Amino acid sequence: MNKIMKSQKTSQFVGKFFTYFYLLILAAIIIYPLLITASSAFKAGNVAAFDLSFDTEWTLDNFKRLFGETLFGEWYWNTLIIALVTMVVQVTVITLAGYTYSRYRFVGRKKSLMFFLIVQMVPTTAALTAFYVMALLMGALNQTWFLMFLYIGGGIPMNTWLMKGYFDTVPYDLDESAKLDGAGHFRIFIQIVLPLVKPMIAVQSLWAFMTPFGEYMLAKFLLRTPEKYTVAIGLQTFINNPQNQKVALFSAGAILIAIPITLLFFMLQKHFVAGLTSGGTKG
Amino acid sequence: MEYIETDKKRMRTATLLSIVPGLGQIYNKQLFKGIAFLIVFALFVIEMINFGAEALIGLITLGSTPGMDHSLFILIEGSLQLLILLLFILFYAINLNDARKVAKLWAEGKKVNTSIKSILFNMVEHGFPYLFTIPAYVAMVFAIVFPVLVTIFIAFTNYDFYHIPPAKLIDWAGFENFTNIFFLSSYRDTFLAVFGWTVIWTVAATTLQITIGIFTAIVLNQKFIKFKRVFGIIFLLPWAVPAFITIMSFSNMFNDSIGAINTQVIPLIDALIPFVDIGSMPWKTDPTFTKIAIILIQGWLGFPFIYVLVSGILQSIPEEQYEAARIDGAGVLQRFRHVTMPAIFTIAAPIFITQYTGNFNNFSMIYLFNEGGPGSIGAGAGSTDILISWIYKLTTGTSPQYSVASAVTLFISLFIIAISLIVFKKTKAFEMED
Repeated sequence: MNKIMKSQKTSQFVGKFFTYFYLLILAAIIIYPLLITASSAFKAGNVAAFDLSFDTEWTLDNFKRLFGETLFGEWYWNTLIIALVTMVVQVTVITLAGYTYSRYRFVGRKKSLMFFLIVQMVPTTAALTAFYVMALLMGALNQTWFLMFLYIGGGIPMNTWLMKGYFDTVPYDLDESAKLDGAGHFRIFIQIVLPLVKPMIAVQSLWAFMTPFGEYMLAKFLLRTPEKYTVAIGLQTFINNPQNQKVALFSAGAILIAIPITLLFFMLQKHFVAGLTSGGTKG
Repeated sequence: MEYIETDKKRMRTATLLSIVPGLGQIYNKQLFKGIAFLIVFALFVIEMINFGAEALIGLITLGSTPGMDHSLFILIEGSLQLLILLLFILFYAINLNDARKVAKLWAEGKKVNTSIKSILFNMVEHGFPYLFTIPAYVAMVFAIVFPVLVTIFIAFTNYDFYHIPPAKLIDWAGFENFTNIFFLSSYRDTFLAVFGWTVIWTVAATTLQITIGIFTAIVLNQKFIKFKRVFGIIFLLPWAVPAFITIMSFSNMFNDSIGAINTQVIPLIDALIPFVDIGSMPWKTDPTFTKIAIILIQGWLGFPFIYVLVSGILQSIPEEQYEAARIDGAGVLQRFRHVTMPAIFTIAAPIFITQYTGNFNNFSMIYLFNEGGPGSIGAGAGSTDILISWIYKLTTGTSPQYSVASAVTLFISLFIIAISLIVFKKTKAFEMED
């Protein structure tokens, strides 16, 4: 008896040991590169090596140079505008459409849902030549509004599906009883149902907001002059020239982008799973 | 229901009159609707005469005088006109159907809205869903459907750096681009190499991130773990920090001569583990090493999403299910196979698929790490380019091959759609409720 208990204890100990071992190693692998980037931002002089060392002079100079010598301020501003417009327009559009598909039964509903589903599979960013030709025709090359438009339109089919799925989780009895009380279409939508899908709206807003901060290909392809750049393509110019790498400036810029985005992310993080699983699978 | 002969005739007349949209409605005593339909019809005819007919003919010729006719604009205008034509055909079908339906209502002696007020009221009441979805449609048509249409057309032309309008004309080239990609040796070899690596990359990177994600979720879901929240926050960081930042940082870290991987990580591993001596690796200069690096980095970047998703699912599995399995004598592995895995896959399978299709087109990872390099494998592609980054290079290089790029785009789209449809059909995840 004693022997069995002992062996059980040993195996439990081994299990715990490997669990913590795995968790710590994984945590180290995650933190290490982030720490390198974060610390490089505060290093004085021309940082050559991109590694983790604390044997250096610390300074805030890189941030001053970032706003004084480069166009970073303008890039940040551009990205912020694109992100805000994309977020507001896209979330409005998909909320209206998602609500409609969830609540109304109308002629052509099933067909158009199917249409959304197929369109959602098209890898739109691949249609570069078409975007280029459209931009030429409309004089939209190097214009932020065209980029915003593509971000908004490209995200609509998938996100409408997710939104509809979340609206489906709000019980129908609520709008039925409101209808009996004489509430109109808009009243039911805005006062009854909308407050209940706030978590999903928050998640969708964050995703729409984050897209312009992270998207590289379309922005690089459509924006041709440095003062129009978004942060992603702007920061890349600091490091894409092997002869003249400004690693410290890149890191300083990266911190200024990563901190607000990461904070927003953690604020809304608890809603992610509900939004994903209810929308993606219920149909 | 049996209709008497006059009613049948009535329905037929209404439908026949609707060949000119509006007349059928006026015959049905719906004057307001009839006039509205007539106006739409008149507008379309005027548009066709002034602009549309020419645009459609232009789509056939793509212009005839170099320097005067801009083939690209002709192609775009033609595509736009094609969309207008499709919308009109849709309207036309609705019109015929409406005339027939209202005539039937008359025949059955049911109430028909004839006053302007009641028709307007009816429109608002039943038009509500359409009103609410129109913005989504407009944005989608112009940002997705129209570009796809233009891509299809360009894939069948000879638009490249030899044919830049307005100085030169663009012509239809039939299936030439496709036959080039699949049969002309210079393109075929590149295409096969890039496509092959795209598939390997997609399967390897995505499976890696899903495996790490599921494993981490299960490990962290054990009850005895302390500092669960701290680990939870750390494991979310790769998802929270914008990906382009981490990819560019990794790109610096994997630098052959001064990057942290070769100067710090590998020496540390060599020192810690006895009898292991790895030495510096050519991460950025050897294709195989670049490929290994980007797959590993994608595992790092992509696992948190899966981890969050699976954690949520694990917490929703009722404890009784594990109890029941334990009573039946199931061991740890069996419980995992028969309780945990099915629960994860029924909910998350469609999301896993989107991870695969997402990586298939993961431009940032490939391009920002090593610009698709090192080296070149011909036709503008680097040794680690995937299809989407090859398209990018074909479109942006010094000698752009727009039509070939469009043909590859079509190939990607069809491939992705086919795979998605097969999987969605199998998992039935997107089954509609009615």
